[in-house]
Amino acid sequence: MRGRENRFLLLMVAPAIVVGAAFFLLPLARLAVVGATGKLGFAAYTAVVTNPQYFQALASTIVLSVTVTVATLVIAGIAGVFLERNHFLGREALISMLTLPLAFPGVVVGFMVIMLAGRTGLIGEITSTFGAGRLVFAYSIAGLFTGYIYFSIPRVILTIMAAAEKLDPALEEAAKSLGANPWRVIVDVILPALKPALIASGAICFATSMGAFGTAFTLATDIKVLPIVIYTEFTLLANIALAAALSMVLGVITWATLALSRVAAGATAAAAG
Amino acid sequence: MNGKVGTAIRLVDCAKTFPNGTRALDKTSLEMRGGETIVFLGPSGCGKTTLLRVIAGLESPDEGGRVYFDDEDVTSQPIEHRNVGMVFQSYALFPNMNVGDNIAYGLKVHGVAPDKRAKRVDEMLRMMQISELRERRITELSGGQRQRVALARAIAVQPRVLLLDEPLTALDALLRERLRIEIDVLLHSLGITAAYVTHDQGEAMAIGDRIAVMNKGAIVQTGSPREIYYKPASSFVADFIGTMNRVTGTLRDGALELPGGRIDWADQQGSGEMQVLFRPNDARIVDDARAPLRGVVEQQFFLGDRTRLHVTGVADRTVVVETTEHREFRVGQSIGLRIEPGALLRLRD
Repeated sequence: MRGRENRFLLLMVAPAIVVGAAFFLLPLARLAVVGATGKLGFAAYTAVVTNPQYFQALASTIVLSVTVTVATLVIAGIAGVFLERNHFLGREALISMLTLPLAFPGVVVGFMVIMLAGRTGLIGEITSTFGAGRLVFAYSIAGLFTGYIYFSIPRVILTIMAAAEKLDPALEEAAKSLGANPWRVIVDVILPALKPALIASGAICFATSMGAFGTAFTLATDIKVLPIVIYTEFTLLANIALAAALSMVLGVITWATLALSRVAAGATAAAAG
Repeated sequence: MNGKVGTAIRLVDCAKTFPNGTRALDKTSLEMRGGETIVFLGPSGCGKTTLLRVIAGLESPDEGGRVYFDDEDVTSQPIEHRNVGMVFQSYALFPNMNVGDNIAYGLKVHGVAPDKRAKRVDEMLRMMQISELRERRITELSGGQRQRVALARAIAVQPRVLLLDEPLTALDALLRERLRIEIDVLLHSLGITAAYVTHDQGEAMAIGDRIAVMNKGAIVQTGSPREIYYKPASSFVADFIGTMNRVTGTLRDGALELPGGRIDWADQQGSGEMQVLFRPNDARIVDDARAPLRGVVEQQFFLGDRTRLHVTGVADRTVVVETTEHREFRVGQSIGLRIEPGALLRLRD
């Protein structure tokens, strides 16, 4: 009887195992092996730290992703709570516009940043009209930052709105009745309640920024992010082992962040009941 | 207890219209004496919670309305400067803090030193008889425990007025009864001014020094529980506070004639057909032969502490009679009733 149940269970899980193995575990294992079989051997993995060029790419990718995540959480956190609480004409249209970037490939986002802040961009036109010279920042880290923020906001804003909807307004009113000013209400009531949502959506935001390629590729910035370095090593230099090793490093860092955030979010969710 | 008299609250011409045009509260004026417990009683949507929120400062009254705490005009003061204590139906305890921290929150915000804070929290926990819960998380508490913590948190800062919005509605009947007594004792021992919102007339009668019955955005009657019960100003109040019999009779020669007999009612003006009301427990069952009114038992309901009878033949419609007698009645049994004229009510509407 038990054996039959187990066989049935195995049968049900089999497709997931096959797909997971074929498209995730095997390529990943192959990637790990390939990374160590170049002319550098296992040193390919340490190259990311020892080679200043790679290390700088890794560092700037992490810095960029962290900054983008923090900025997005602030912007989308405020906007999300506001949109949840205020009902005005055109609210639905605004929300769908804010979530639109989910549909755009990174290339399009990069293109939009160029239109906005490129050499012939809108901002440049305006600043030069006012005699302040042509302001161009599309091809610097500021351009990357703008593009990443743009596609990160929808990933956070919907989660925040869902969490804000569940907030009991009586909690804030209770805090106020006890003398808390608006700032304290945010710190003591709203932020703790939104914490699980902020951690979860922040982790998604960070992971997406770490792996983003299209925007950086289109902007061809002077700062190289890790996915661009991997692309260059693989396609242009045919340095397959090193590309594989860098991919593994990128993956491990991102996975570790996601895993840590799940632990943290789980702990706060349990505490909040 | 400490001889301190609570804050008197005065509302002058307070109305509330919401941005979408809904008028939740008509122009209302109200005085609450210091230390008094007043209950806002009415069906849902009658404006009782809005009135409470105007006192709290969570809603500002429409142009022209004023709110006074003693002689101080607090109309433009936001809630965080009014020093009011609030207790909510949903308890509204901070889930990210334990019981002790919840109670200490108001003191912390007010800048009370940690050692004084801890002492006050001890005092509150003892007062609410929940000392053992101090380190507990909110999620580990039962509904009754949560409401005790919420009360302790609201009282800890020694508010000028305590505002309770349906605090017992989420609890089961037995606990509701017990906490209601505790709250009543607590409010009077503290001498604090309190406003209590409920839709439950039993709760209102037990807790209120005065009851303000509300309907459709207006206070329709204010008075002591006894006044409200025995001298309702309108049929709405009469019906809302417990069961009321409403019968049609004819006043003739100093007596009210009903289909089942007559009631001497000498001091009444006028004559002719009229509506008269009386409470179920004001009709006494008497010996059939000498009874001024006669009827037939249609149904009986044994309620434990009393028996409720539906009696036909007395009036133009079935009347409800309640008795504390231990005897059992039979359906179809003929009974005699007496209603003292003092228990009869004539209403203008």
